[in-house]
Amino acid sequence: MYPSRFHYEAPRTLDEALDLLQAYGDEAKVLAGGQSLIPLIKLRFAAPAAIIDINNISGLDYHEEDSDGSLYVGALCRHRTLERSPLLRSKHPTMSATAPLISDPMVRSRGTLVGSLCHADPQGDWASVMLALGGEIIARSTGGERVIPVSQFVVGPFQNALQPGEIAVRARVPAPRGTRSGTYLKLERRVGDFATVGLAVALETSGGTINRAGLALTGVGPSNIQCTAAEQALAGKTLNASTIDQAARLAAEAAQPKTDVRGSAEFKRHVVYTFVTRALSNPQARAA
Amino acid sequence: MEERRINVVVNGEPKSVDVEPRLLLVHFLREVLGLTGTHIGCDTTNCGVCTVLFDGLPVKSCTMFAVMADGHEVTTVEGLGLPSELHPIQEGFREEHGLQCGFCTPGMMMASKALLDENPNPTEEDIRWALAGNLCRCTGYQNIVKSVLWAAEKLRSEAAMSR
Repeated sequence: MYPSRFHYEAPRTLDEALDLLQAYGDEAKVLAGGQSLIPLIKLRFAAPAAIIDINNISGLDYHEEDSDGSLYVGALCRHRTLERSPLLRSKHPTMSATAPLISDPMVRSRGTLVGSLCHADPQGDWASVMLALGGEIIARSTGGERVIPVSQFVVGPFQNALQPGEIAVRARVPAPRGTRSGTYLKLERRVGDFATVGLAVALETSGGTINRAGLALTGVGPSNIQCTAAEQALAGKTLNASTIDQAARLAAEAAQPKTDVRGSAEFKRHVVYTFVTRALSNPQARAA
Repeated sequence: MEERRINVVVNGEPKSVDVEPRLLLVHFLREVLGLTGTHIGCDTTNCGVCTVLFDGLPVKSCTMFAVMADGHEVTTVEGLGLPSELHPIQEGFREEHGLQCGFCTPGMMMASKALLDENPNPTEEDIRWALAGNLCRCTGYQNIVKSVLWAAEKLRSEAAMSR
């Protein structure tokens, strides 16, 4: 057996899970899809004293819009569901483009968007997407709920902002101002590899004018990078060769790539420029 | 030692077994139930040889704990067909020479089963996407893709005949 021993808890309700988490304190890990946590436990990089498996809690496997157009993704909503979601396909192009590019089909059967954000892998795709969309995590404890913007939720490599006793119960994507467009472009050496470069673009436009632009990068820094300067340069503008070029240059400047087995820093920065140009020239562009 | 009783339906047969929580599903299948058709390759959630169906969906059995299968259904390659009565996917791999060493084959076939259950008429590209998490070091994948196309056609013609 590879993992070290742990106590296993399989609560049936969220309240029960929160009580257990409270009792175990930071000795416990919450298990949802397990596609990052279980490999870490097998390698004994993680050896939690207790695992609180939330898979038996009903009412967490959903993704839906509320009446004001905000999208909620529950803690047990799998990548596979998002990949096949008609709602995402029709109204959330950036997320719809991302889901099929997460790891491989087997991992997508189990892994969850919320769990992926909690894992906070600096090479994770969903954190970039959520940064671009202005997404939030809703954390619940026995004391109630609090809302954490994803920009403050991912605090560093493999570190999130949850306090002991809190469970991330859902993610929220705010309703767009205007019409949504966007995509996720990912260069990977092969399927299942982490991104050499990933780019999330999320635009909200009215009659060609950009109300809000979200751009974020995967794989080219110590964490996911929000391209704030590029976003600000696009806000209030229309897309044309000059605004696109400017945004692409600003995004490439925001990247902090390192030379490694996936390519040189210079190459990765160039890919960022190319991806931004491609994504803004054709916001329906798909995988690299 | 902390153990838990789990009730799992494996290849249609209900099993009730006490397991340690840290036991991986693949070790449960191979070492507790003796179903060694499910292989262990990379051990790091990369290679896909340990793929089984969990409530009909493809999962890596090295990346789940056996306790998580409590109350669920698992199908392994042993549940696909019998030597005397091969499943069309197994026939396809034989007909189209979809294997050389055979190590990745159980995972390939279970991932293919999940695909064909959802999409009986896949294109070559659909097949390549569906098998993207299954690594083969022998064949270059070409014959594996042909095997799945062969199986899809056989399954469609069987379905048409039974109508």
